[in-house]
Amino acid sequence: MGGGLVLSGLTRPLRGGLVIDMKRMNRILEVDEIGRSVLVEAGASQGMLQAHLKKHHPGFKHSIPDAPPIATIAGNVLIHGSGHLSAAGGFHSDMLNGMEVVLPTGEIAKVGSCATSPYWFSRAPLPDLAGLFIGWHGTTGIATKLAIKLYPDRPLGDVGIFVVEDPELVPGVIHRLAGVAVAEDILAFMANAPAWLRGFQLVNVKYAAETDKELRLKRDLLRESVRCYIDEKVGGFMPLPPAMKQRFLEEPQTTLAVFADAREGGGFEYVGAIMPIELFPDAYRTGLEIAERQGVECATGARIVGLGHCMMFFYGYAFNRADPADVKLAQDALEATNAAVLEMGGIPWKAEAPAQKQIIAKMDPTTFALMKRLREVLDPKGIMNPGNWEAE
Amino acid sequence: MEHAEILHRCFRCGYCKLPGSFQDLNCPPYLKYRFESYAPGGRMWLLRAWLDEEIEASPRLGEILFSCTACGNCVEHCVFPAFKADLLDAFTAGRGELVERGVVPDSVGRYLRAVHSHGNPYNLPEADRARWADGLGVERYSGQEYLFYVGCPGSYDERGQRMARALARLLLDWGVSFGILGEGERCDGNEVRVLGETGLFEQLARENIERFEAEGVRRIVTLSPHAFHAIKNEYPGFGGTFEVCHYPQLLAGQLEKGEFRRGDGPLRVTFHDPCYLGRHNQDYLSPRSVLAALPGVELLEMDRAMADALCCGGGGGNLFTDVLGGGAESASRVRVREAAETGAQVLAVACPKCARMFDDAIKTEGLEDSLQVLDLAEIVQARLAEASLVRSEP
Repeated sequence: MGGGLVLSGLTRPLRGGLVIDMKRMNRILEVDEIGRSVLVEAGASQGMLQAHLKKHHPGFKHSIPDAPPIATIAGNVLIHGSGHLSAAGGFHSDMLNGMEVVLPTGEIAKVGSCATSPYWFSRAPLPDLAGLFIGWHGTTGIATKLAIKLYPDRPLGDVGIFVVEDPELVPGVIHRLAGVAVAEDILAFMANAPAWLRGFQLVNVKYAAETDKELRLKRDLLRESVRCYIDEKVGGFMPLPPAMKQRFLEEPQTTLAVFADAREGGGFEYVGAIMPIELFPDAYRTGLEIAERQGVECATGARIVGLGHCMMFFYGYAFNRADPADVKLAQDALEATNAAVLEMGGIPWKAEAPAQKQIIAKMDPTTFALMKRLREVLDPKGIMNPGNWEAE
Repeated sequence: MEHAEILHRCFRCGYCKLPGSFQDLNCPPYLKYRFESYAPGGRMWLLRAWLDEEIEASPRLGEILFSCTACGNCVEHCVFPAFKADLLDAFTAGRGELVERGVVPDSVGRYLRAVHSHGNPYNLPEADRARWADGLGVERYSGQEYLFYVGCPGSYDERGQRMARALARLLLDWGVSFGILGEGERCDGNEVRVLGETGLFEQLARENIERFEAEGVRRIVTLSPHAFHAIKNEYPGFGGTFEVCHYPQLLAGQLEKGEFRRGDGPLRVTFHDPCYLGRHNQDYLSPRSVLAALPGVELLEMDRAMADALCCGGGGGNLFTDVLGGGAESASRVRVREAAETGAQVLAVACPKCARMFDDAIKTEGLEDSLQVLDLAEIVQARLAEASLVRSEP
């Protein structure tokens, strides 16, 4: 899952067993330009598809996460990932048209329109069996092919950064900016550097257009959506030099990988919490509290999913892998963050085994019982990634 | 171990495995094996684990470390500016530790013994070093403008010898003042250095420097970019400072001085950047200038070109040691398939090691009828046979 990159160790054989490496099953099988979709094998990487579309299908792109380009498309879809088109298209799992899955019993199942038709156009109108495999961390089957949605790759791109100081204002800002429905990506983040930016909330809005006129129109629409904050002088768009704009438009963002060396030790882990945007102020304060209490540096931010329908709020912790005490600090901070996220009403994303247990403890018992029952039906011998999504 | 302080700092983000376009894997060992341990990040973590005594110095560790071709793709694409420049040096230091402990693959041991005993990896007599030039009228070096440093593949390998002869003929035709050292030449030692045998490298470098200085050499043109790199960047560390160029740089300068009298028939060419001229020394233009000066030559770039070029797989001693090995996903075979996809008739190279690797790969891939490997000197010579170069008066 994920080309060896998943940060939360979802592919560790917790109770022994085999890790199935999909990297050689990496063909890009078919691009449907008219229907805007692509069919890939499960080992195809984000970077491969990005390059393939650029060369063979200019004008099309897929939603790229900020994971490095070696990460696989399938891994990200199957954990409900999000990315640079999530404001437009939702979670990457929402962009899934269908898939082929090897069941724990060895049968090959097709999910979505491809089960009935030669076309991979949609998961509707059939019963949505994709839910049996997405978010299950490999405990119900092995995906081998996926069809995902493509989007227009418009030639002109721009980015604006709206800044406010009061975190209480951020949900409203996001709600308004997203509501205009022109943004491809909205990413809120809290800057630690430069020092003068500390304490400010920055909402980064990326949008694109076919023409200068369209780009100006979109910029004006975004600006008007938050006019009330500008007029009240509690927020405004930050002037951005062209070089900085270019960095923000980069896909994926290499600077995020570089954050892993903030402690000069190559260690980086984060809690990505899926939650409603109204929780933004609480989530932000929680990050500050945990950082202070645990004595760690915490980088926080949030990727907006859909028109503000929810967000993936992330708490990133860099640590020095060569320093066991530093590693322990980060581990404790992650655990504390998972607990705090659940307490405020969010849910840790791509949760590692201990966090899964924390989620299960908060989960409606009937829901968890249903999960267990489904898993027993799909995997009667209990061979698929045992140790994951288990209470004990 | 030198550079041990950076080993734990790799996040294993994987940019080092890819070209700038991300289109495919660009690290030869990772391309072939697809295991993290064979990628630069994996190597770093393994070395860290070894230094921390979590794993032993095993033959398996040796295979992993010595399969690296030192192509420099990792240095080029690593996103960590604080330590990216030291990546290859860290791997070299790691191999050096294994050399010290004698935990090296058999083929690496044989390579180092051959260079130590014979001054070349072919186990052939030093006296035969100049046999490639028989009948050409190439003079021994005696104060000419250039020393033509031929190196081991150019002296002993049949493919390299053809390159050396083509270049020598061109230089003779153009009246360039040059000479060779023949049996007085020693292995440049670049691969010995990369394999971690720093003592033997120093010995070779000092012997060459001593000979160059004794002969009064000031300007050197090399056949191999590996030799160019060693003489340019490593020999000054032992007190040997020379004005050195790789032969495409000399050809580009010579071709600038003249022009072809008439056009030639069309020839579709794709060019493979050698790692030690390109990524290691940042010269991507000289070879292209040579091709651009040839009427009728159409340059068809591969998707992975210049800083993104996929290594031929022969670097880091692998041409001789073959630790990396063959197979459909070996770098050389992937690269010739990529070259064929451009529609080129000729895969142009500028390194005798690349020429040998690709000659073999083209046969294995069954591409002999559609794609031919020629080095830049061979291409220029062939085009000159059809046309003629008008020399500008000085």
